[in-house]
Order: sequence, then C-alpha cells, then structure tokens
Amino acid sequence: MLQVRNLEVVYDDVMLVLRGVSLTVPPGGIVALLGANGAGKTTLLRAISGLLEVHDGAVTKGSVTLDGDPIHRLRPAAVVRRGVCQVMEGRRIFAELTVEENLRLGGHTAHRQIPARLDHVLGLFPVLAQRRRHTAGYLSGGEQQMLAMGRALMAEPRYLLLDEPSLGLAPRLVAQVRELIATINAGGAGVLLVEQNATMALSLATHGYVLETGQVVLDKPAEQLLADDDIREFYLGLGAAAGAGRRSFRDVKHYRRRKRWLS
Amino acid sequence: MTEFLESVLRGLGTGSVYALLALGFVIIYKATRVISFAQPAFMLAGAVLVTYLVGPVGFWLAVLIAALLTAGLALGVERVAVRPMVGRPAFVVAIITLGVDVAVRVVVNGFIGLDVRHVGDPWGLRTVAIPGTGIDLQQRHLGAFLTTAVLIAALFAFFRFTRMGLAMRAAAYDQEAALAQGVSVGAVFALAWGLAGGLAAVAGTFAAAGASVDAGLWLIALTALPVIILGGLDSLPGAVVGGLAVGTIQELAASYQQHAPWLGGNVSVITPYVLMLLVLLVRPYGLFGTREVERV
Ligand SMILES: Nc1ncnc2c1ncn2[C@@H]1O[C@H](COP(=O)(O)OP(=O)(O)OP(=O)(O)O)[C@@H](O)[C@H]1O
Ligand SMILES: [Mg+2]
Repeated sequence: MLQVRNLEVVYDDVMLVLRGVSLTVPPGGIVALLGANGAGKTTLLRAISGLLEVHDGAVTKGSVTLDGDPIHRLRPAAVVRRGVCQVMEGRRIFAELTVEENLRLGGHTAHRQIPARLDHVLGLFPVLAQRRRHTAGYLSGGEQQMLAMGRALMAEPRYLLLDEPSLGLAPRLVAQVRELIATINAGGAGVLLVEQNATMALSLATHGYVLETGQVVLDKPAEQLLADDDIREFYLGLGAAAGAGRRSFRDVKHYRRRKRWLS
Repeated sequence: MTEFLESVLRGLGTGSVYALLALGFVIIYKATRVISFAQPAFMLAGAVLVTYLVGPVGFWLAVLIAALLTAGLALGVERVAVRPMVGRPAFVVAIITLGVDVAVRVVVNGFIGLDVRHVGDPWGLRTVAIPGTGIDLQQRHLGAFLTTAVLIAALFAFFRFTRMGLAMRAAAYDQEAALAQGVSVGAVFALAWGLAGGLAAVAGTFAAAGASVDAGLWLIALTALPVIILGGLDSLPGAVVGGLAVGTIQELAASYQQHAPWLGGNVSVITPYVLMLLVLLVRPYGLFGTREVERV
C-alpha cells in the first residue's frame, strides 16, 4: 500500500505548494489524480519518488509510506529499488541514446534482470522492438510515451506513477495508452495516474482524487466522480456550463466551484 | 616534405597529451556542468607519483598505479570540496576548483624537492626510423599516441557498453530523468572526477617523458583550455580532435617559424590561442560542441 498522509511540500523554503494532502494507492489498484494546471499534481509525484530535492523542494510535514515504511526522505534510487517508479511529465526520454539504451537505463537498479525484463518490455511494445537500435529522439510523440513507460517497467515496479501520459497524443494513441495502463495493472502493478484527460483516467481508475491549489477537494470512487456535476463540467466539458455557451472558465473556477468544494 | 611529416608526427605525440587532459575537462563538464581547473594539479601529481614508483615497479605498472592513486585523489577532492557546492553557480564552483588546483600543487611541489626527477620512461629522446621514408619519429611520441589511442578505445567501450557508462551519458543529457531511473548522481560525479584524474596522471607522465618533472609541468595543462574551447566544451570527440589539431599546428609553427622571423621566437606557444580565436569567430560553440552550452 502506497500512502500519502497529510503531506505539506514547500519549494525554495517559502512557496507552500501542497497543504495537507492525503491519498492512498492500494496494491494492484488504479487511482486517478485530477486537477487544474498548477494544482500540485506533479509536486505530489515528486514527493513520492524523491525528486523534490532537484527542484529545491522539501516535505515539511506529513509522510509518504510504502507498506508502512516512510519513503519521503529516501533518495530517488532507493525509492526505485523499493519498487516505486515515476514516468515524468513530457516523457523525458534520453533523446541521444538508442531505444534499447533507454530501456537498459530503466533497469539500472536491477541490472541482473535486464535481459529478461528487456524481452518482457519489448514483447509488450512491438513498436519499440522494431526500433530497438534507433535513436530515441527520432521516435514520434506516441512512441516516445511508450518508451517512457517501457523504461519505467524495466525496474519491475510495484507502483507506477504516471504524469499525464496522454498529453499531446491523438485520440487513437490515447486509447492505446489507456489499454497499456490496463495491461500493466493486470500484471500486478498499482498505478497512480495523473491526468488532464479525466474521461480516460476515470474509466480506468477505481478511485479518484481532485486536487486544487494544493489541497484535495474531492475524494470519491471513480464512478461517483464521473457522475459529479463539477467534474462533468470542468473536466469532461459536459453539463450545464458547456451548454450555456462561452462562460469564462476562470470566473466559474474561482467563484462557484470553490464555494461548493471548500465551504 | 620530410620536415613537414616529422612535425606532424611530433604534433600528434604532444597533441595526445592535450587530448587526454581535454577529455578529463569534458568528462567532468558533461557530468557535473562544472569546469574544473584542478586538472593541472592532477597532471603534476600523477607525474610525480610515477617518478617515485618507477624504481620499485617499472614504468608501465608505475603509470597504472599513479593513475589509480590520482583518480583516488580526484575522487576525494570531488567529495570534500566540490560536492557540497552542488547547485551553486558554475562560476563559484570553478573558482573553488582553482583553489584546489593551487593547494594540491603546493603539496605536490614539496615532493619534487631539489633533485631532478624523471618518470623513467623507456624511450628518452631515442627515435625510430619509419622504413623507406627517411622519417625519424621520436619513440616517446609514438608511445604517447598509442597509449592515448588505447585509452580512448577503452573510454568508448566504457561509455557504450557498461551500466555506469550508460548512466553517465544519461545523466549528462538529463540529470533529473536519470535520477528517476534510479541512477545515483553522486556516483556519476565521483566517477567523472576519478576518470579525469586518471587521464590527467597519464597525460602528465607522457608530458614529462624524455625530460624531467618540475613544478612548471602543469603549464602544459593550460593548453587544454583552448583545446576544449576549440573542440566544444561538451564533446568527447571534440576533445580528441582538438587536442591532436592543436598539438600538430603548434609543432608546425615551431618548425616553420624561421620563415617568418618578424613573428618572434616563440610563436608556437601562442598558436593554440590564435587557433581558438579563429574557430570561435566562425563557430562560437566550438567545432563539435552543442549550441546552447552555457557561458561561465
Ligand atoms: N521547481 C519549482 N520551484 C518553485 N515552484 C514550483 C516548482 N515546480 C512547481 N512549482 C509551483 O508549484 C505549483 C504546483 O506545480 P505542479 O507542477 O506540481 O502542478 P501540476 O498540477 O503538475 O500542474 P500541470 O498540470 O501544469 O502539470 C505551481 O504553482 C508551480 O508554479
Ligand atoms: Mg504537472
């Protein structure tokens, strides 16, 4: 069980970005994390994977525990070794290296298993198998996303943190990514899925959280979130507001939405 | 023609020394984004260690042990003086390496003492004739060139085929993404400094081959600066090509300077800098460098 409890994160010693966030990913479950730009979703993933330090961020309160053991003070390498891997926003593949070298790097902490894992991952991603010796920078956006996910799978994670895997992909590829996440999850890995594409995320997840300015404002089973009026309005573009024409997103966001969630 | 070819071959010999030094600079820069001015000290330390070791164990073993010891020294310097500065402006860290350089050289100079110390290389100033051409080649230059070739091949294999080599390339490209894969950036930094230290020790030994080791040996390492600017701060092939090019042009200038007496007696000393200026006018990021290399 991956558990975030009452987490507070500060950047540059002053900027409080997460204020008391709590969240749970059960083993083998899929949990969706939604929220507007700048809500703190990526920050939450960094706090779990140990990448805050690179950004001059620090956990000032609360904890992240993996099966009860605190992991928020560990180095990124130690977190990976314990089976928690993050696929960063924007893919961040090593463009100058080949596809295979990228994958090998994913297995850096478990190098004895690399040959076996490589077979497994290449089997999961036939596109990558075909382009095995190509320079990764020349892959298409969709292929790069596959590579980023395949690279994380090389470490055989028990929990996979995905930061906006559908970002910038065409609908057909989004469907493909969705299917992959389902496959990976069926293989036993728990998934924390950060998404702007709420339909996709909530159709996979069993549970969802909505983050707004560093706080969890909604925490419900996925099907209830899908039915929630605000979610339908702001993430799915359905419901009353969308029908009423061009209402300013910002007005509603700061006025009506806030009133309802926070009071 | 013979004079020309002999100059080129001499140049490749001295250029090999520059290439080894420049490789160290570039490896540290790529891994840590720091320009280390401590290379001259490691070069001197390596050469002095060889002068002490050559008696008991022979030349080649002495070079190997000295390279390992200097690598250890560089590792220590990185851990104690540079690592705590991670995240500070590159300029600040560069100045700290300058301080390290001076400090290490003062200590090493104490070990040079008043005697004339030799690295005890097997070549001295002997030459070997290339059959059928009438060209004489100094053995020490051949030794430097071949050793450098072997080291470069080994480095290539290391970066290409080993797990840590791959991790270093990844960290050089995107440090955060490498961290997310579980690469320990501390280990990458340490390894980069260790490699640079070892290469500098070998360079120092060959720079002193056929002559004696004195406190002024480190000045040779200064020539590696125009070499890396020439080749591109972040390019390993650039360091090699730049080193060989600078060595060759320097030797050619030395051979032909009598044809241009108005230039004075020691043009060869400034040729690396002139060459650097010319290249920078055309390609500000060096011959092989990436465009957006930061300014220090
Ligand atoms: N390295 C940093 N230093 C200072 N502030 C930061 C840093 N990274 C993020 N922030 C701030 O923290 C807040 C949350 O950012 P975060 O990247 O976690 O949001 P997000 O929910 O992932 O947004 P997006 O959907 O745009 O990716 C933002 O206000 C952002 O400006
Ligand atoms: Mg984000």
